[in-house]
Amino acid sequence: MTAESTPVPAPPPAPPKAAPRRRDEGAIPSRRERSVPHAGWMVVAGKEFADHLWSIRFVILLLLLGLVALIPMYFAADTIRSVASQVTSSSSVFLFLFTLSPQVGSTGVQIPSALDFVRLAGPLLGIVFAFDAVNSERADGTLPRLLSQPIFRDDVINGKFAAGLAVIGLVLTFIVLLIAGFGIVRLGIVPSAEELLRITFWLIVTFLYIAIWLAFGLLLSVVARRAATSALVGFGVWLVATVFGGLITGIINGIVAPVTGSPDQVASAYSLQQTITRLLPDTVYQEAAYTILNPQVAAVSNPATIGGYQQAAQRIPSLQSFEQSILLVWPHVVIMLAITAGLFALAYVQFMRQEVRA
Amino acid sequence: MTAPSTRPVRKRIGRKGGASDREPGVTTPRVRAAGDDRPRAPIRTRGLTKLYGDLVAVDHLDLEVQAGEIFGLLGQNGAGKTTTILMLLGLTEPTDGQARVVGLDPARRPLEVKRRVGYLPDAVGFYSDMSGRDNLRYTARLNRIERDEAEDVIDEALEQVGLTARADDSTDTYSRGMLQRLGIADALIKDPDVLILDEPTTAIDPLGVTEILELLRTLVRDRQMAILLSSHLLNQVQSVCDRIGIFSAGRLIGQGTMGELAARFGEDSAHIEAEIEPPADAGPERVREVLSAIPGVTKVTSRSIHGSTTWNVTVKPASDDARVRRAILAAATSTGLDLTSVRPIEPALEDIYRRAVERAAHGHARDVR
Ligand SMILES: Nc1ncnc2c1ncn2[C@@H]1O[C@H](COP(=O)(O)OP(=O)(O)O)[C@@H](O)[C@H]1O
Ligand SMILES: [Mg+2]
Repeated sequence: MTAESTPVPAPPPAPPKAAPRRRDEGAIPSRRERSVPHAGWMVVAGKEFADHLWSIRFVILLLLLGLVALIPMYFAADTIRSVASQVTSSSSVFLFLFTLSPQVGSTGVQIPSALDFVRLAGPLLGIVFAFDAVNSERADGTLPRLLSQPIFRDDVINGKFAAGLAVIGLVLTFIVLLIAGFGIVRLGIVPSAEELLRITFWLIVTFLYIAIWLAFGLLLSVVARRAATSALVGFGVWLVATVFGGLITGIINGIVAPVTGSPDQVASAYSLQQTITRLLPDTVYQEAAYTILNPQVAAVSNPATIGGYQQAAQRIPSLQSFEQSILLVWPHVVIMLAITAGLFALAYVQFMRQEVRA
Repeated sequence: MTAPSTRPVRKRIGRKGGASDREPGVTTPRVRAAGDDRPRAPIRTRGLTKLYGDLVAVDHLDLEVQAGEIFGLLGQNGAGKTTTILMLLGLTEPTDGQARVVGLDPARRPLEVKRRVGYLPDAVGFYSDMSGRDNLRYTARLNRIERDEAEDVIDEALEQVGLTARADDSTDTYSRGMLQRLGIADALIKDPDVLILDEPTTAIDPLGVTEILELLRTLVRDRQMAILLSSHLLNQVQSVCDRIGIFSAGRLIGQGTMGELAARFGEDSAHIEAEIEPPADAGPERVREVLSAIPGVTKVTSRSIHGSTTWNVTVKPASDDARVRRAILAAATSTGLDLTSVRPIEPALEDIYRRAVERAAHGHARDVR
């Protein structure tokens, strides 16, 4: 291949082999060589990711979430310090940073924990980076141009989803580092290895939770022709699911599973109520996140019988290992993955079936 | 090592600087398949059909566009031009029939087709928060053009469409016409073998249109591209296209060169324009008499502007056009008329178009009955 002058023994006659089907079979030869097909979704994702990073919404969200994460920190600092000084052996002081909902001074007003803030604001993060992904391309007339480049049609939606996931990962990592940094620098508490594992897993679970909303935003951007419509619907659903979700499931619970009768009936009613509440993604997330960040939590589901309660009461309170906690929330992780995949599949199919022009 | 590797040859017009190992001004000979003396048409459709519900958007279209020619798809709004183009790019599935672009089925091999076909959509849009140049860079990346090469290609394309000065402004400061120019540059980034332009000049000013049309001619001549453009602007189609297809309600009701179309759909008469002044001792009636006396002339009209009179002479059959012009010259000399100019009037595509559509409508009406 390199030096033409090097004497090379004549190559043995090529063994007869089935002629490989050439890629360009039947094509009229081109005037120039063309590079081979490539992962178009990565090019799309690269552009979208850069767009996100330079967008105003990214800056605003980063500031907002950073503040929101640090406010409970600020108020939780004293409580955590006192806890840390009392129980030096506690393996979960660092996790308090995420789970403690502190009181403001002596007013008795409780501020949501960092965990609660993420549960509330996370969906917004997902929606904001997806609600105009496809319909803005339609509105700007860039979609036909984009699709006439040598990429597959699904490269567009895959790339946009990937870019959204990347931004979410970035923002979440930033928030966790911010909180952890605050704990280490201001409070002087250092996480143990297990705490680091738990926080990392919490990060993954949170990522999945927000991915649900990203996929939902993407679906809206495919279905709704106008970005304003999909933004409105997206925020509406967020409001209903996250803010009024508890209220609505409460009403449904009251009708479907009233808490009356024998202790066993009450227990099964509670169990059913929990199932109903779990129809909301944020309940699923809440349970998973809380279990991971609290080694004390030994069960996520309410027992369905009164016997179950008795058993639970007799159990010697002990801290769960990291593996045990993961086993507890594994179904939650799978459910969140399934919802994300389902929503994305819907968006994907819709997008592939749509006409290119609006 | 079996065959010498073919170096990518990319011809540039007015490429500046850089130690070029490619010789500018050399066109690569077109490679032809062995045993095929006529190159296959880069765009070819057979019975291509698209239905939207009950609506027949494109009706059994047979079309061929050769390398080195500009084909104009002419038709009113809703005639099916855009639908046809989308099928050629594999962006819409045909209901029936087949399309071959650079020899491939765009529905089955979209990537290979789109790698070689430049496309300007109608109402083309760009990312408004990016500069024109950055928009083109994105296109280059999507086409996997190396960064260094891409910069050269982008500079050249911007130069060709006359946008160099505004290239680094964000595209939301561009006018509609500038966006269209940028769209043409965008289609050229991949150095296409086939160029498909949907209404390329609707928003561009008249002088700009002339530039763009000249650019298209250059591309066809120097790069042997096959260009398909759609338009409802008759005079532009007429001036730039080698062949024209008249499209109406999804059907191609006629195609060919202007001459062929004129012969088929014209009224079989030619028009000659002459500037003639009568001698001092006679009135304009004298001129009319002389012109009408020439065999083949069926009608003589005149109009006067600023004292000079222009005569319009209708000749039937159209093939007598040249003979009648010579006869006018001879008659003017022998009768002492003051003749300043004689020229044939190009048949207007507008007339041809109107007649073709009318005839198709009649034919269609008869078919139905
Ligand atoms: N997505 C669609 N659904 C239904 N009808 C359509 C769709 N797109 C185009 N049409 C119809 O197909 C016909 C041809 O449209 P088009 O190809 O855009 O025409 P042109 O480009 O020649 O103006 C029109 O009657 C149009 O209304
Ligand atoms: Mg159109």
